Amino acid sequence: MALLEVDRLTVEFPTRRGILRALDAVSFDIEVGEVLGVVGESGAGKSLTGAAIIGLLEPPGRIAGGQVRLDGMRIDNLSRDRMRPIRGRQIGAIFQDPLTTLNPLYAVGHQLVETMQAHLRLSDRDARERAVRWLEEVGIPAARQRIDAYPHEFSGGMRQRVVIALALCAEPRLVIADEPTTALDVSIQAQIITLLKRLAKDHGTSVMLVTHDMGVIAETADRVAVMYAGRICEIGPVRAVVKQPAHPYTEGLMGSIPSLEQRVERLRQIDGAMPRLNAIPRGCAFNPRCPKVFGRCRAERPELLAAGDTRAACWLYDAYSGGRASDV
Amino acid sequence: MFAFIISRLLQAIPVLLVVGFISYAMFAFVGDPVSIMLGQDFTEAQRVQLVHQLGLDQPFFVQYAHYMWATLHGEFGISYRLARPVSDLILERLPATIELALTAAVLALLIGVPMGVYTGIRRNGVLARAFMIFSLVGVSLPTFLIGILLILVFAVVLGWLPSFGRGDVVHFSHWSTGFLTISGLRSLVLPAITLGMFQMTLIMRLVRSEMMEVLRSDYVKFARARGLSERVINFGHALKNTLVPVITIVGLQIGGLLGFSIVTETVFQWPGMGLLLVQSIGVADIPVMSAYLMLIALVFVGINLIVDLLYYAVDPRLRVDRRALTGAR
Ligand SMILES: Nc1ncnc2c1ncn2[C@@H]1O[C@H](COP(=O)(O)OP(=O)(O)O)[C@@H](O)[C@H]1O
Ligand code: SF4
Ligand SMILES: [Mg+2]
Repeated sequence: MALLEVDRLTVEFPTRRGILRALDAVSFDIEVGEVLGVVGESGAGKSLTGAAIIGLLEPPGRIAGGQVRLDGMRIDNLSRDRMRPIRGRQIGAIFQDPLTTLNPLYAVGHQLVETMQAHLRLSDRDARERAVRWLEEVGIPAARQRIDAYPHEFSGGMRQRVVIALALCAEPRLVIADEPTTALDVSIQAQIITLLKRLAKDHGTSVMLVTHDMGVIAETADRVAVMYAGRICEIGPVRAVVKQPAHPYTEGLMGSIPSLEQRVERLRQIDGAMPRLNAIPRGCAFNPRCPKVFGRCRAERPELLAAGDTRAACWLYDAYSGGRASDV
Repeated sequence: MFAFIISRLLQAIPVLLVVGFISYAMFAFVGDPVSIMLGQDFTEAQRVQLVHQLGLDQPFFVQYAHYMWATLHGEFGISYRLARPVSDLILERLPATIELALTAAVLALLIGVPMGVYTGIRRNGVLARAFMIFSLVGVSLPTFLIGILLILVFAVVLGWLPSFGRGDVVHFSHWSTGFLTISGLRSLVLPAITLGMFQMTLIMRLVRSEMMEVLRSDYVKFARARGLSERVINFGHALKNTLVPVITIVGLQIGGLLGFSIVTETVFQWPGMGLLLVQSIGVADIPVMSAYLMLIALVFVGINLIVDLLYYAVDPRLRVDRRALTGAR
């Protein structure tokens, strides 16, 4: 059984002009110690997926269907009091912008200590000692002297290291990192990813890594999920998805990446734009932009289908219609 | 820290000089003290002598310097109306106003902050909505109307509380306090509510909107994602971050309380500075008016200093300059 199972997760926003379905039957698993990369255009639903898993959807957003299971136990329907000990302790989170994720009024040591003491039985002294060790582990120089420093006394990269320490200090089994380097200077992005990768490996932590950077995915992830308009359109081992993408949208994304070795490639623009949530077309959500669209794509919605080494939500891989598609 | 206080006090000097100038100018150009003090019958010689006595024949800036020098020594001249030293009058009236303003401020904070936190967290609760409607009343009704309504209900109709005066007071050398007698405390209730109502509702609405803002912030979301308890998040992380703007406004408002106390003291015939001022304005008792002005300026300078010190206590980002200045780390 996988550590995390996301099963047909559906998230909706009731609005004045009807219900917006922002995530539509999203399913994937994350194994113990596995790094799952999640890519997709802005607005595809990557952040919402993370928020729904840790139960921090902003109202009026709500889980309208499906399940999230941790070790086989449902966590999507837990009360606030029963979800709280899971956050931080079972599932940690790293946010995008380290300049805004740390409380400016508390020293970093205080924030580490309060996080550990919320989950672990630790005396003040032990917690402080551990806080120093965590700061050392994420590479803060002179950690013992800087433990009482405030967030504004650190650079952006150093603050993101502190955020990583905070996300990991209660030893969660899964950490959701939502674009952890997007707000950082390009020169330090690689360091942060390397650090995250190393820590996850050392502590046996699984990672859901949301990023725009295909190079990072290629180097870091074991598997990749590609999201489009609130759905997963392709998911599979990283090599297969990067080298032989099955879904036409993934193909478009990967089109600009010459090889695994040449990194720091951004997602390539595909003609057209992702549809707004209130205007998702019938059938396959990608059909207005798809170069290989055919009749069935506009009528029926494709589920994830086996496509070589990956699985893709595309009718090209349906045993019945796939054959016809080549004629169209 | 000490250097900071000194520098702040030095910065206050020009402010006080300007206010002193205005209150002196009022002294010199509004009304004619000579004719007020001489009355109807006087000879030219008497007039010249009085002008000389008052120093009014000297150049303007010499007079101003004399005025400031005297002010520095707590001498504000003689009240035209009561023919007593202004400093004595003020010392008599000061305790009543300070006790009233203090009670109103404490009331406004002790009720306004928790109500603001509550309505900020339970945005849509029935009680929160009731508080909001109540606060609208407090913000929009003028102070004198609140006072009169309270008198009507609690003094006239129900007869529970006195409608005017300070009740019995206990004297300690220069200070008279109403805190120590039952009648003094009973007399304080309605004026303090009247005076504090506006500030209380203002503080409540301010804390509420700041709380709502802070609760949407990334660091509160991150605190939730770290699994901290709601109590720690609401009171440790969120409330503390609302404090800087709240301190700013509360500081200004406590100064404002003194202004509003003029109305409240008039409605309740409260024997404080505000009432003294109103009575003095009626007969153009300039020495009292200019002394009041100086005193208020001093109070504002003091409040500003306290506000700055509180900023330092709350927000570490504001301490950077000090560290840079002293070279400490
Ligand atoms: N409060 C909200 N009300 C309505 N729609 C929302 C709200 N929050 C997010 N969405 C929608 O959900 C979609 C997914 O957002 P998000 O998960 O942040 O995308 P990503 O992280 O992939 O860029 C977006 O199209 C956005 O418009
Ligand atoms: S289902 Fe049709 S439209 Fe959608 S990606 Fe496949 S071929 Fe393109
Ligand atoms: Mg996002």
